[in-house]
Amino acid sequence: MSLLAIENLSVEIGPRNNPVKIVDRVSLSIDKGETLGLVGESGCGKTITAMSSIGLLPSTTPCSVSGSVKFCGAELINASDHELRQLWGNRIGVVFQNPMTSLNPSLTIGFQLTEVLRLHRSLQTAEAQQTVLHMLGRVGINQPEQRLLQYPHELSGGQRQRVMIAMALLCSPDLLIADEPTTALDVTLQLQIMQLLRSLRNEMGLGVLLITHDLGLVAEFCDRVVVMYAGRIVEVAPIKDLFKSPRHPYTIGLLNSVIHMGTAKDNRLPIIDGAAANLRARKSGCAFYDRCKSATAKCKDHTPVLTAQADALVACWNPQS
Amino acid sequence: MTQILELVNLTKDFTAKNGTQISAVRGVSLKQAKGETIGVVGESGCGKSTLGRMILQLIRPSSGQVIFQNQDLMSLNKSELRQARRQMQMIFQDPFAALDPRMSVGKLIEEPLLIFGQGSRQERQKKVAQLLEVCGLSSDLASSHPGTLSGGQRQRICIARALALSPKLVVADEPVSALDVSVQAQVINLMMQLKRDHDLSYIFISHNLAVVKYVSDRIAVMYLGRIVEIGSPDDICTDPAHPYTRLLLDAIPVPDPERTRPSDQAPFDPLETKLSSPGCSYVNRCSFATAKCKQDAPKLASVGPPAKSHWVECHLYQ
Repeated sequence: MSLLAIENLSVEIGPRNNPVKIVDRVSLSIDKGETLGLVGESGCGKTITAMSSIGLLPSTTPCSVSGSVKFCGAELINASDHELRQLWGNRIGVVFQNPMTSLNPSLTIGFQLTEVLRLHRSLQTAEAQQTVLHMLGRVGINQPEQRLLQYPHELSGGQRQRVMIAMALLCSPDLLIADEPTTALDVTLQLQIMQLLRSLRNEMGLGVLLITHDLGLVAEFCDRVVVMYAGRIVEVAPIKDLFKSPRHPYTIGLLNSVIHMGTAKDNRLPIIDGAAANLRARKSGCAFYDRCKSATAKCKDHTPVLTAQADALVACWNPQS
Repeated sequence: MTQILELVNLTKDFTAKNGTQISAVRGVSLKQAKGETIGVVGESGCGKSTLGRMILQLIRPSSGQVIFQNQDLMSLNKSELRQARRQMQMIFQDPFAALDPRMSVGKLIEEPLLIFGQGSRQERQKKVAQLLEVCGLSSDLASSHPGTLSGGQRQRICIARALALSPKLVVADEPVSALDVSVQAQVINLMMQLKRDHDLSYIFISHNLAVVKYVSDRIAVMYLGRIVEIGSPDDICTDPAHPYTRLLLDAIPVPDPERTRPSDQAPFDPLETKLSSPGCSYVNRCSFATAKCKQDAPKLASVGPPAKSHWVECHLYQ
């Protein structure tokens, strides 16, 4: 049984008479001990897919979520708040994208961190503090005792992000949803955090959904990758296959546009022509049609579905091989 | 070689609330040739942004000199400085925060021209249209507001704005860090094109070594307020000398799943680093540190052939 199994998840946002489908029939699964990378340009629905699957869309957003999400076999869509609260921060840890706004500015770091253990583990503050101090050490925060007494504004962005990561890991969750967890961190710290996640995966079978735009990070730490474009999955592949033989033209464009240490200096960088798809004006056919170099007449009218290609799944009528 | 910018022993000390002195930049010296792009890399808190802002005098240096086109900016009065600033512009990291949401794109790009009273209304509008075109933006955008634009489009507007007064030097502080991978390439292509067409010199500040390697003619590696190594992109990236540069290079994730990382790095919090006077600033973190490193600060020394192009501040090379 998968740790998390998302089946045909769709999310529509906006007024009922004119909704925008921002996630369109997404299916993916994460096994115990697996790190799944979720990549795609901003606005493609990565974050919404992850957050809606565990019921974390803000209640103020008018939206409708359909499909099925099973966490260890239990259905999460339409689960009650009470049931979800048992999971959040406990068996499912979440690292949010923005460390600046994800901590409560009026409570100390110590209160916010121990709260997790007081609520889910019924620990007393003193006991909870021991676990918290240990975890802060593991995410590379020096003088953790002193940090506990401080407020979020007294910490740097990188420190706040690491506090968020520590908070998500305090209850030894089964699943960690990490939304761009290391974007505010320097490469040296990023490496340290990713190494921590990897050792937790090896020690306790932590499953990770890593949402990122850093393909280097994906290559180094993920087992499988899901590529999203305009709210749909366009390619799912084991990590080695994706980098060796990407099949969807969008994936190829994405990989080519990454600037890495080996990028030749003299040439212009390859780019994906055109702008991101407009989800309000969704037409039939492939969403990547306007930007695709290998598009044919069929692509314009018929939406491609995910089909198996060796070890990968690709939604394209003319996949590269 | 014409020189556009020279920094001499530039220093900035900030005083914290509790009275302690924080040295953000400590004695940085640098010469930049006209048309050259110097990349500045380092961890957050190493002083790279402070350095960039001091060049434009957005932050007044505590001591040292900034010589821009043979003029010491520190000795200028307010109105002289204002005139000099016309020649030097800045591109900021966050294109969402750098543009006034209530101004139209056309007004935003016209603003620098208005401030310096350049041209008639028609001339200015012509210039705005021209700048939009140069930056790869459609001229219809002039009437729209930043709120309706994507991150890449906004950064292009910031670039168009910076170019409005035909500057000689542009300081770009993490110009592509807030952008998507596919958009990063577009913005970098644009910046490189503009450099060729307008003979610009860039100070390109970034924590992303791969990006810096691609755009720069020389790379300066900063650690705790000092340039610890400077050289050509090949010197720095294929033949790094300073232990810190090697650490930085090792930490970069490589988009190749077949590659295995040599070894795990020990946890270290750069922000906690205390300056251990009088020795090398990197001594606490360095795996090659000796007793000498604790006592004496290393001097900048040339390494490897050809002479005088690759410099490092480390006792291993003295």
